[in-house]
Amino acid sequence: MKKAKWAALGVAAALALAACSSDTPGDDGMSPEPTGGAVSEFPEGSTMAKLQEAGTITVGTKFDQPLFGLKAPSGAPEGFDVEIATMIAGKLGITPENIKWVETVSANREPFIQDGTVDMVVATYTINDERKKLVSFAGPYYLAGQALMTLSSNTDINGPDDLAGKNVCSVEGSTPAQNIEKNYPDAKLSLFAAYTDCLEPLRNGQVDVVTTDNVILAGYVAESDGEFKVVGEPFTEEPYGIGVKLDDTDFRMWINDVLEESFSDGSWLAAWKATAGTVLPDPAVPTIDRYEVN
Amino acid sequence: MEAFIDNFGLIWGGFLATVSLTAVSGLIAFAWGTVLAAFRVSPVGPLRTFGTLYVEIVRNTPLTLMFFFWVFIVPTFGIVFPLGFWPAVVALSLYTSAFVCEALRAGINSVGVGQAEAARSVGFTFSQTLGHVVLPQAWRSAIPPLISVLIALTKNTSVAAGFAFTELVAVSQRLINANPVDGFFIFVGIAAMYLVITIPLGILAGRLERRVAFAR
Repeated sequence: MKKAKWAALGVAAALALAACSSDTPGDDGMSPEPTGGAVSEFPEGSTMAKLQEAGTITVGTKFDQPLFGLKAPSGAPEGFDVEIATMIAGKLGITPENIKWVETVSANREPFIQDGTVDMVVATYTINDERKKLVSFAGPYYLAGQALMTLSSNTDINGPDDLAGKNVCSVEGSTPAQNIEKNYPDAKLSLFAAYTDCLEPLRNGQVDVVTTDNVILAGYVAESDGEFKVVGEPFTEEPYGIGVKLDDTDFRMWINDVLEESFSDGSWLAAWKATAGTVLPDPAVPTIDRYEVN
Repeated sequence: MEAFIDNFGLIWGGFLATVSLTAVSGLIAFAWGTVLAAFRVSPVGPLRTFGTLYVEIVRNTPLTLMFFFWVFIVPTFGIVFPLGFWPAVVALSLYTSAFVCEALRAGINSVGVGQAEAARSVGFTFSQTLGHVVLPQAWRSAIPPLISVLIALTKNTSVAAGFAFTELVAVSQRLINANPVDGFFIFVGIAAMYLVITIPLGILAGRLERRVAFAR
């Protein structure tokens, strides 16, 4: 009996040691584990356990969204979404070079999750009720929203309440344009077929403001060489979530735990500052929505 | 159907925008086109060359490019006008004037050479000959092609939808986006609004043609 007890203790000690060694990333040579952070024990058969076992994960992200997911012709994509996905993979013991990136555009995100082409989607993916019928969302990890972009030299527009009498550029039929028309009727709207059509008139002073989602605007600012800036806080809410399979509640809740941990230990803000934070102001910490799947 | 009726105020606004764009551009195009036609038949060489160059360049360039030029290119040279109505008027009237010029010139050519010779023989100057003898007769045979030009102008105003002017087509895009289920009715309704402008123009052309007809 005594012997068995000691053996059990020994096993526990070994486990604790193993956990310790992987907990300390700076532990040179000691640990074969990646430097990604804590690797915890997962329930048998869970998505986390399977991914950890495989040592690789497939992530869907945008390849064409500056600051969030932008891929140069060679190399891995870069941006805030990519940082978030890398952080989650790290918690599974998967190193960045073992992440397989797949381009997801707005139209193929649900099918790619449903048929298992990707394990999760982190791709400026707005959580809404229609999509919740097809996939599950962890998060939100960021609240995007409609914002305003002006010339860097502009000082008299600081928010949507300053729009009265100003020329505002957007796209005909778009939600941002409808929002301005409805809630800020004193603004003068100029509506084109594409947001890029608004850039030249903004440079020339024919319009004072361009308005759409702050994430799109931030992309233009990043490419404008200091000519444009995003002003004020977003004044609508588009919560960005991480898409996983509809019935995989364990994986979703685990990602929620990882996100909450990153909110409190500062890694979320660090990821933001290194990417989108170079253009956009630091966002408030979002509240994770642990909703029930019907 | 409901979306079309519910939003009729918006559609009516688009209709008025299309009508006023057509009217203002049409007036300017007729005035400038007449001047161009006079240039092309004038005895002054440089004016003839200018008229020919203008017509050949403008008539053979896509209207969308003209819009692009006035909305996006000209402002980069520091000539900035407000977006919307006026760039559209400039692009449309400069474009349409080339066609007005050619319709009028055809009318002028249809007036017998003897008319101009007779005017000159009684001591009329070139402008008197053109203004009092040739043009009044040229108008008559130019009316049918001129009405065609006006109808084409009405439809061409739709290009302005892509250049920050909210007219009928822009309104239809907005409504179809907001009411995708009613897309068909909105589409048909907007097309009908164009017919409301163009069909009376065609009838007017027929009436005028009969009234001013003369035996040759």
